[in-house]
Amino acid sequence: MLCDVCKAQTASVFLTQIVDGKIQKVNLCDPCSKEKGVTDPTGFALADMLFGMGAAQQIGANIGSEGVRCPQCGFTQAEFKKTGRLGCSVCYVTFAEPLKELLKGMHKGLRHIGKCPERLRLTQERDSALRQFHDDLRAAVVEEKYEEAAALRDKIRALELSGGVKGD
Amino acid sequence: MSIGNILSKSSDWLRGDGPHHHIVVTSRIRLARNLAGVAFPGRAKAAERVDVLEKIRPKVESLPEMVDAVSLACQDLSPVDKLLLVERHLISREHAAKKAGAAVVMNRRQNLSIMINEEDHLRMQSIRSGLQLRAAFKAINKVDSELEQQLDYAFDSNLGYLTACPTNVGTGMRASAMVHVPGLVLSEQINQIVQAVNKIGLAVRGLYGEGTEALGNLFQVSNQTTLGEKEEEIIDRLHKVILEIINHELNARQVLLHNKPNTLLDHVGRSYGTLRHAYSMNSKEALNHLSFAKLACDLGFYGDAQRHAIDELFIETQPAHLQKGSQQRLATDERDVLRAEIIRSKMASFAPPDLESVLVREKEARGGAKKEPPHGSGAGEEPSGTDFF
Repeated sequence: MLCDVCKAQTASVFLTQIVDGKIQKVNLCDPCSKEKGVTDPTGFALADMLFGMGAAQQIGANIGSEGVRCPQCGFTQAEFKKTGRLGCSVCYVTFAEPLKELLKGMHKGLRHIGKCPERLRLTQERDSALRQFHDDLRAAVVEEKYEEAAALRDKIRALELSGGVKGD
Repeated sequence: MSIGNILSKSSDWLRGDGPHHHIVVTSRIRLARNLAGVAFPGRAKAAERVDVLEKIRPKVESLPEMVDAVSLACQDLSPVDKLLLVERHLISREHAAKKAGAAVVMNRRQNLSIMINEEDHLRMQSIRSGLQLRAAFKAINKVDSELEQQLDYAFDSNLGYLTACPTNVGTGMRASAMVHVPGLVLSEQINQIVQAVNKIGLAVRGLYGEGTEALGNLFQVSNQTTLGEKEEEIIDRLHKVILEIINHELNARQVLLHNKPNTLLDHVGRSYGTLRHAYSMNSKEALNHLSFAKLACDLGFYGDAQRHAIDELFIETQPAHLQKGSQQRLATDERDVLRAEIIRSKMASFAPPDLESVLVREKEARGGAKKEPPHGSGAGEEPSGTDFF
């Protein structure tokens, strides 16, 4: 098994830590474990290190030393690192890139495939249908298929009139 | 309905009538939900949290499931009442510490509780006796579907339900089962099991959730991941793992009885002696001895009535339940005395378990060829029809 930090030498130090109820494991080679100061496992924050290896570096690179603030709630990356919690739903957009790395290590996938609120499910389906009709309409106009275009225009109108649609 | 009313009744799941309830104490499903466009409770200002509460609370209270419910603001509750709710798994320890805007709504049977402004705006929980993860999910999923028609949830088409902690994002669901596994602990297999369970994305925790000690041979097994899998898939996986754990536990008990009967019987006998005759007992000691009294029930020494009494003692001897029962503030040593007293009186009618009979049976089984597996001695009322053997 290779060291998670240098990815060159064979790991000889295996760390397991529970952070926010989640078990995290890191394998280190001897030199890297010394360099990271893994002498006292109790005082050693694995989460910080994991952050250092992945998400935090990216966040740092993307946002510079000032740090991005969430436009909705004013949350910063430093606060996230400290609390392990996000400030609001917009934070998921604000910190989307670094979160991606974090979520990759945490979950089975990066896309939700479970339950969806009924209202949103309908809206989502309508939105994607609408997008498709608009694309088809543009193509039909370019190709001068006016009958087809008129039919598509009617479909779009009908969908938009069915309510709750984010028209574009 | 007042808190006094609700708390004077014991929780529904304590009746212990669910499938596999000898080993699986409870099954719980929790869903985390947030409102769109409002900061999560940890970030929101007190006034914002109060706004959220005012928005959510009436909707929750008017759910058909919440007819006859009790709705409580955390800041109106005394510290003892809050701890009592924690001991019944109706609110989290974190929620008990919350102030402005934090509330809980729970039904009379106490198998449904909805925390408002915990770590997320909504934390909805359904709890069942025994291994009933699917039934628990069905119940809470219905509540969620009713609430989503009235509340605008923070939902992202890619990430699903958005939660304060990224570990909950996606389904926002935590499914967990509490298992009583003295056999695995005594035979020192529990660490192996914990490791194996961890490998497949499930977590094992102590009695009261994250970061708590495993007391009374009780462990909670739950899913760690919430994104990239359907709710039903997560629940099925957990269900299968719990069935495996049940098998391992039953196996471990049988092997112990066969190979080290004295070790097992020593624990059961000593716990019986201590529970019946101690005059001061702290909560940790009580849980550990009660665990072996529960095991004695599984071994067939006692009947259903005694089993129920033991199950109740697990809850009644918790600190807040003791305080509430005595109607006054008690110092730690006073609580220990009271705890021992309650246990002694509740177990006064318990005959000593007929441990010798187990030894005799084991000797016979070893002497002869393959004989019938041993059965409970029936020293209690009626044998509890245990699925142990």
